[in-house]
Amino acid sequence: MQKEYTVTVYTEDRIGITNRITIIFTRRGINITSLTTAETEIPGVYKFVITVMSTREKLDKVVGQIERLIEIHRAFVHEEDEVVYQELALYKIATKNLTTAGDVEKLIRENNARILTITADYFVIEKTGHQQELTDFIKKLEPYGLIEYTKSGRVAIVKWSRRFHEHLKELDKSIASY
Amino acid sequence: MQQKDVLPMKPETEADKRLAAKPVITGSEAVIRSLIAEGVDTIFGYPGGAIMPIYDALYDFQDQVHHILVRHEQGATHAAQGYARSSGKVGVAFATSGPGATNLVTGLADAYMDSTPMVCITGQVAAALLGTDAFQETDVIGITMPITKWNIQVTRQEDIPGAIAKAFYIARSGRPGPVLVDITKNAQAGTCEFEYKKCEFIRSYQPVPELNPEAVTAAAALINSAKKPYIFCGHGVLLSGAENELIQLAEKAQIPVASTLLGLSAVPVDHPLYGGLLGMHGNYAPNMLTCECDLVIAVGMRFDDRVTGDVSTFVSQAKVIHIEIDAAEIDKIIKADVAIHADAKTALEALTQLVMPARHDAWLEEFKFGHEKEYDKVQKRELYPEEGQIKMAETVRLISEKTNGEAILVTDVGQHQMIASRYYRFKNPNTNITSGGMGTMGFSVPAAMGAKMGAPEKTVVAVVGDGCFQMTLQELGTIYQSQIGVKMVILNNNFLGMVRQWQQLFFDKRYSSTEMVNPDFIQIAKGFFIPGKKVTAREDLAAAIDEMLATDGAYLLEVVVEQEDNVFPMVPAGAPVSTIRLE
Repeated sequence: MQKEYTVTVYTEDRIGITNRITIIFTRRGINITSLTTAETEIPGVYKFVITVMSTREKLDKVVGQIERLIEIHRAFVHEEDEVVYQELALYKIATKNLTTAGDVEKLIRENNARILTITADYFVIEKTGHQQELTDFIKKLEPYGLIEYTKSGRVAIVKWSRRFHEHLKELDKSIASY
Repeated sequence: MQQKDVLPMKPETEADKRLAAKPVITGSEAVIRSLIAEGVDTIFGYPGGAIMPIYDALYDFQDQVHHILVRHEQGATHAAQGYARSSGKVGVAFATSGPGATNLVTGLADAYMDSTPMVCITGQVAAALLGTDAFQETDVIGITMPITKWNIQVTRQEDIPGAIAKAFYIARSGRPGPVLVDITKNAQAGTCEFEYKKCEFIRSYQPVPELNPEAVTAAAALINSAKKPYIFCGHGVLLSGAENELIQLAEKAQIPVASTLLGLSAVPVDHPLYGGLLGMHGNYAPNMLTCECDLVIAVGMRFDDRVTGDVSTFVSQAKVIHIEIDAAEIDKIIKADVAIHADAKTALEALTQLVMPARHDAWLEEFKFGHEKEYDKVQKRELYPEEGQIKMAETVRLISEKTNGEAILVTDVGQHQMIASRYYRFKNPNTNITSGGMGTMGFSVPAAMGAKMGAPEKTVVAVVGDGCFQMTLQELGTIYQSQIGVKMVILNNNFLGMVRQWQQLFFDKRYSSTEMVNPDFIQIAKGFFIPGKKVTAREDLAAAIDEMLATDGAYLLEVVVEQEDNVFPMVPAGAPVSTIRLE
């Protein structure tokens, strides 16, 4: 059965690695709904967090093929309850609406958001959460006139990841690759 | 040819000593010196603008590295594949940027599908021009990402030795495969200190997994309790050099062995436990008995759809042990009851120690019954016809008899490939070279050329269809120029035979664009100064094969065969293996 999964991939820092990973999803006709990548605490090792709608069976095979790539350390498929995750959204609102549309300060506080910047023309609000919370917040901001909305991909911590990170630290001590 | 003296004058200062230890050379020379350090003595390639500095450097090393000038870059890749498969070494091909590089694509994909170790080096426009749509610029890294085990673009000359060392390590280790190294022109021309260190470690890559003793114990228990165990021998057996280990396991527990197309030649055809060829056009008994066995021991094979037919019914009644070096292949198509993620040789050695001697006489008899049925219904009239036009099978039988099963057989793709694979009686490992996964028409002539370069002491026979021959026949020029003594046999039915067979069986004989009006192949060979003969009568066939084998150097034999001959047995695509047809 298709549902949303989180795939995490630990890679070497190499040009083109994103392409190498994503074409494996493309071959099997799986649409990537979000992709986030950043360096881990181990120098030169990057972590990709990918969200997809697919089946577990298909993704287990995809992960096997990703792990076959030379610059990949490990790749994992996670069910929703195996990860703690957040996404970050930014909302831009016209400043002129602040005085006419209601109590925006209360709205921001109640939704655990915060104002990042205020100019004469617009102000930018930041909120983290799960996708549904972030899109629900759009509706709440609509009376103020939303100019622009943007959202990051998922950032996830795996609940059982301790052993793998110990493995990564061991790798860090080993001889650097080419 | 004198080698260029790259060393400085007599060392005096510390700087001089350092330079003496690490000579300053061009990136191009670093390429050649790196290849020599990896043991490369043969390169197949085609020069062009973006790789000219490398070719210039090669000029100084002609006494150490033999360059074979092919007529098309696709030929270079297939030749490198043939070389790798016959010699056990890494095949090497050179090409220039743009069209030269894109012409490598088919061979790279073929080598990737068939796990052939190959390193292709392409020239690239200067780094400053990258991404500007410069003359003959193409994103060969992007293009070849899905069809190489690894690829890299080098833009700095000092990175060349490291990149080549890594390329060879990756190409030949673990599950072998093709690697592409793209080198910009500025890196080829610039100078750097040269020091070569072979690559033996990449922190994100574990080519040979550690053997899991628990999995071996579990597998041995399954084998010891099986009534009808059955070994599937794949290409991985040959790649790991595990032929003897496989036979030892089979003999100890008296287990029949069937082979995949690329596993052919791992077990001698005349071995009493050899059961035949699996797959769409394989033998009747080994295919049918996949439905009867209670245990499959699949070694170094990937359950290709040409072997399994309908996956949902394939070996569904049996337990499965899968020995495989590539973790991604385990459970990909067929779920394994016991997976041994390991090199085949290591795994088989360990497994044989734990397996109890056994006999499965009744089970082995079932194979004999199937063989007799296939012989009566198909093979007898294919191998020993008394009238009508020459048959493909009888030609292969004669080649097999006259080479005593000891030639390296290189086949192209189509009916002749299946016939040759079915009827050549392989005696020695690595004597079957064919395009399995990709099914690349045009493979055999350049691959045979490479195979002969890789094993000059052996007779190399390419069996090729009339359609396939015309896809890469320009390599006759290479064969003539480099005096490569390869024997070529065209089985000419004036059709794209396999497509025609499918049209006959599944498209109501609507022969859409499969009939070929062919040229005079012997005249073409003569144009390349290669002797040859055309045979149309059965009584002339044996003598013509004798003449071909006795001729010193290359030879082209054209055999006009029955036009609408079909290859049976046959499992219709996607159907259960049990629906195999004998007619």
